[in-house]
Amino acid sequence: MNQYTDRRYVFAVAIILVGLIFMIRLFQIQVIDKSYEQYALSNAQSVRVIYPARGLIYDRNGKIMVYNKAAYDIMVTPRLVEPFDTTELCEILKISRESVRERLESARSYSSRVPSVFMKQVSYENAALLQEKMFQFPGLYVQTRTLREYTSPIASHALGYVGEVDQAILDSEPYYQLGDYIGVSGVEKAYEEYLKGQKGKNIFLKDVHNQTIESYQNGRLDVTVEVGKNLTSTLDMALQEYGEKLMSPYVGSVVALEPSTGEVLALVSAPTYSPDLLVGRSLGVEFGKLATDTLNPLFNRALMAQYPPGSTFKTIMALIGLQEKVISKRTEHHCYYGFYVGNIHTRCHLHETPLNLIEAIQNSCNTYFINVLKSTLQDVKFSNTAEAYNNWRNHLLSMGLTQPLGIELTNELDGNIPTPDYYNRIYGENHWNYLTIRSLAIGQGELLVTPLQMANMTATIANRGYYITPHLVREIEGEESIDESLQERHYTTIDTSCYGPIVDGMDLVVNGGKGSTARNARIKGITVCGKTGTAENPHGNDHSIFIAFAPKENPKIAIAVYVENQGFGTTYAAPIASLMIEKYLSGEVKRGWYENWVMQLIQPVAPARKKDSLVADTLQNNESDDGTEE
Amino acid sequence: MVQRNSVFANLDWVSILLWMVMIGFGWMNIYSANIMEADGGVFDLSQRFGKQLIWIGASLLLAMLMLVLDAKFYFYFSYLLYLVMLGVLLGVLVFGKEIHGAKSWFVIGGFQLQPSEFAKLITALALANLLTSHNYNIRKFWHLVKAFAIIAAPPMLILLQPDLGSALVYSAFILVLFREGFSTNIMMMLATLGLLFFTTLLLDKALILLFMVIISLIIYMVVARSFKKGVVNGLLVAIVFGVLYGTDYLLKTEFSPFLMGLAALIPVALVITVKGFWLREYVQMKILTGLFISIVFIISVDFAMKNVLKPHQQHRIYVTLGIEDDPQGVGYNVNQSKIAIGSGGFSGKGYLKGTQTKLHFVPEQSTDFIFCTVGEEWGFLGTTFVILLYVGFFLRMIFLAERQRSSFSRIFGYGFISVMLLHFIVNIGMTIGLLPVIGIPLPFFSYGGSSLWTFTMFLFIFLRLDASRLEYIR
Repeated sequence: MNQYTDRRYVFAVAIILVGLIFMIRLFQIQVIDKSYEQYALSNAQSVRVIYPARGLIYDRNGKIMVYNKAAYDIMVTPRLVEPFDTTELCEILKISRESVRERLESARSYSSRVPSVFMKQVSYENAALLQEKMFQFPGLYVQTRTLREYTSPIASHALGYVGEVDQAILDSEPYYQLGDYIGVSGVEKAYEEYLKGQKGKNIFLKDVHNQTIESYQNGRLDVTVEVGKNLTSTLDMALQEYGEKLMSPYVGSVVALEPSTGEVLALVSAPTYSPDLLVGRSLGVEFGKLATDTLNPLFNRALMAQYPPGSTFKTIMALIGLQEKVISKRTEHHCYYGFYVGNIHTRCHLHETPLNLIEAIQNSCNTYFINVLKSTLQDVKFSNTAEAYNNWRNHLLSMGLTQPLGIELTNELDGNIPTPDYYNRIYGENHWNYLTIRSLAIGQGELLVTPLQMANMTATIANRGYYITPHLVREIEGEESIDESLQERHYTTIDTSCYGPIVDGMDLVVNGGKGSTARNARIKGITVCGKTGTAENPHGNDHSIFIAFAPKENPKIAIAVYVENQGFGTTYAAPIASLMIEKYLSGEVKRGWYENWVMQLIQPVAPARKKDSLVADTLQNNESDDGTEE
Repeated sequence: MVQRNSVFANLDWVSILLWMVMIGFGWMNIYSANIMEADGGVFDLSQRFGKQLIWIGASLLLAMLMLVLDAKFYFYFSYLLYLVMLGVLLGVLVFGKEIHGAKSWFVIGGFQLQPSEFAKLITALALANLLTSHNYNIRKFWHLVKAFAIIAAPPMLILLQPDLGSALVYSAFILVLFREGFSTNIMMMLATLGLLFFTTLLLDKALILLFMVIISLIIYMVVARSFKKGVVNGLLVAIVFGVLYGTDYLLKTEFSPFLMGLAALIPVALVITVKGFWLREYVQMKILTGLFISIVFIISVDFAMKNVLKPHQQHRIYVTLGIEDDPQGVGYNVNQSKIAIGSGGFSGKGYLKGTQTKLHFVPEQSTDFIFCTVGEEWGFLGTTFVILLYVGFFLRMIFLAERQRSSFSRIFGYGFISVMLLHFIVNIGMTIGLLPVIGIPLPFFSYGGSSLWTFTMFLFIFLRLDASRLEYIR
């Protein structure tokens, strides 16, 4: 009966073959191919990110400047979205059906698995309402984030703003995820590392419906959220606010420093804007408006505007002259309405003559300082003008005038002090002398510095020979001190003894009798030392400049005021500096009338001449040779 | 009483041990796949593992019952049971409950019974009866038709439910016929048809036609031992095709290349047929017949794919064949299943520590996809163990079947082996992405009473017959 018994072997072999095929396949997907483990992890793990509150920023007196408010983003994971009651969602969020469809569509085009923002920063009420009814809208959830809030609308340029990370940052820094916020400018950017804190992470197991089941490995892999570190700024809120108020009619900048520490007390760039504008949802629109404003409020003039220092530079000329011993404080020069050599002449205003060094500073005599330049560049120690000039320039280098000072903000620009090579190139080697570049003596010509550098220069004089890199943050929560480089004293190449006569001259500028150029900067009971400046400006009216520090002994504040296109330094910049010093040193301004007077002085800005670059214009200005100085 | 004792004395305890290991390990994995939502302990009857314990208990009773019945009972009642079963399958179409779009369940007091499961067992009995009937010769055409009728009747009714997976299982009985002497030529033809089936889905029909014509010509050249005749016939086809294609191109009627090829074949086939009758050369006619059957088959497969199969079934076949790729849609099951198994690695995540199966990423994780739990929690070691377990069990069954004195017992044994083998291949094949997703359970492993009871009864009837292997049953 039992035929075909051999066919049993076909069965046996086939069964063994099937077993082998299965085992080979299983070996392949279980042992060789490791990618399935990754898939499994991303399948079953749900990472819930907890966003830390950003560090707060206080002013130097402990008053809060920047804090956080909660914002609610509606997020969507398109893969999990099921048909829901669109009308209800529209009602809660107050958007149209069209908009819901578009938002879903755009989220889907980004990724169906990764959550993306469905709607940004909805109000607390709407978020709460939605949260309550969340079960009706599978795939949506509310993500809490924090936004910046400001106690008063000041110091935008110093503090900077916070915005969403862009693609470049996403690519380079793995910490940041799409939709995260990051400091874009100012202190927010410079101290991002401290302010941002550390995002927390809770890892859950989730099932196929994206419902979380339990904490993954009892939370061993979770990351605790760390709140951002608080910062104490060097800014004095009251002074900053006052400075912005005084500058509000003008275009320009005020920088106030504490000379002994290099701390920035106020950093005003006018016109300014309210930091509230660049927060959250309104950022995009408002940034666009500010960027296209003709007065360019986004431009941080305090750090980036390169201005000729004008007559304030005469203090430096004097210092270098004394250091090189080409003049003494008793050196006298005659001046009759200007400096004349052949057909070259630089005008000067009416004052007594002859003047010694201190009187020359007091009177701001152009002739005197062109002579100082002459003595410095014709110094017999050096074989030629270029060498003497280079030595002169090295002194400026030590005062921080040629390079960015190194404030924490990344957008600081340097000044411009031409190198000897520059003149060699233009005039030919040995074909230039003090006469060619005499504008430098009165802070004009190619000479350009930023308001911050000017303030730092003032602080150096106040300190009689050293400066500390200006900085905006004095304390970081949890850190023992700020960066060492921001505490170190930078000594200049000028001896301390040389500063005495200059300080005395600056004292007389404000507190002297006849011929003093800034008597309107006087403050009762405080010895203010200052120097006026008026910079020739091809773009329109002259710039009004004033540098000052006070009190004379043991100075507490050094200030540089730069008002664009308004005319004499005495008229505009000096009262502003004076008022700010009073505000800072005595806490309040008793001269309310003076304050009002300063703010109503504004003249219409003269129409700009068609010139592109300030440097080119000042060059031409140098040739035209009619530098008018007080 | 003497006889009963002898049953237990002659029982094959090796098989029973393997059976217990399969059921036990299967239950452990069902427990693991469902433990996340459970809070009432192992005997929580609201949970699948609790219910499965009941099914296991019941299957023990069933096993005992199968053993106490007389061996001859299975033979004598097989046709009657078969008729009753056909009645039940008809009944389920009328009185059954529709679950997941198929009317395959009887609901009796909260329990669901799937008659199509038990039908396999009874079909095996009836087939064994037929094949051992007096003067039965499998090589005779009408005898073979009877066998196919017995095999085909239940799946026809099951397809009406419709339950493609369960119906497909009946194709396993062809293996039984093969063991009993079914012509290898026909088996080869069936294999060829299988190959044609897949190539029809994968390739362009015109291309397949071209291949078939070329192969026919080669066969003709080999059989007729004449290179010339083959080339002449080939050229003839080519010329006719060329003429047809040329006129079509000129008239711009745009018939499909497949239809053009068919049209080209007709005059050539006529010439060959007439010539064949005239010269009494029948070789060419046989080859032509084969070609003709193949063409009809291709056309019907193509038609069935596009018109008979439901879109989701078409999709599954396409995805498995790699024609379509859709990891979130149809491919989702397979993809998740592969992820679960693949993430187990070499030694697995540990018992009860799997994430993919427990968190319901894998669909049907305690029924059709129970193998995923093994793969994820026990790793390659576990899956290898399970496969070796089944392979060992099958080899043991072959050994038992071959030692039968009665053809009835042997044929029934092979029926059991074939059906279970098909389940094994299709189930594991689909979880590891080698075969399309066809929802049939892994015998003794998957959750579900009907399947467990069917295979338990299958095994124990066979063991009961084996215990009486020295008797002559038929």
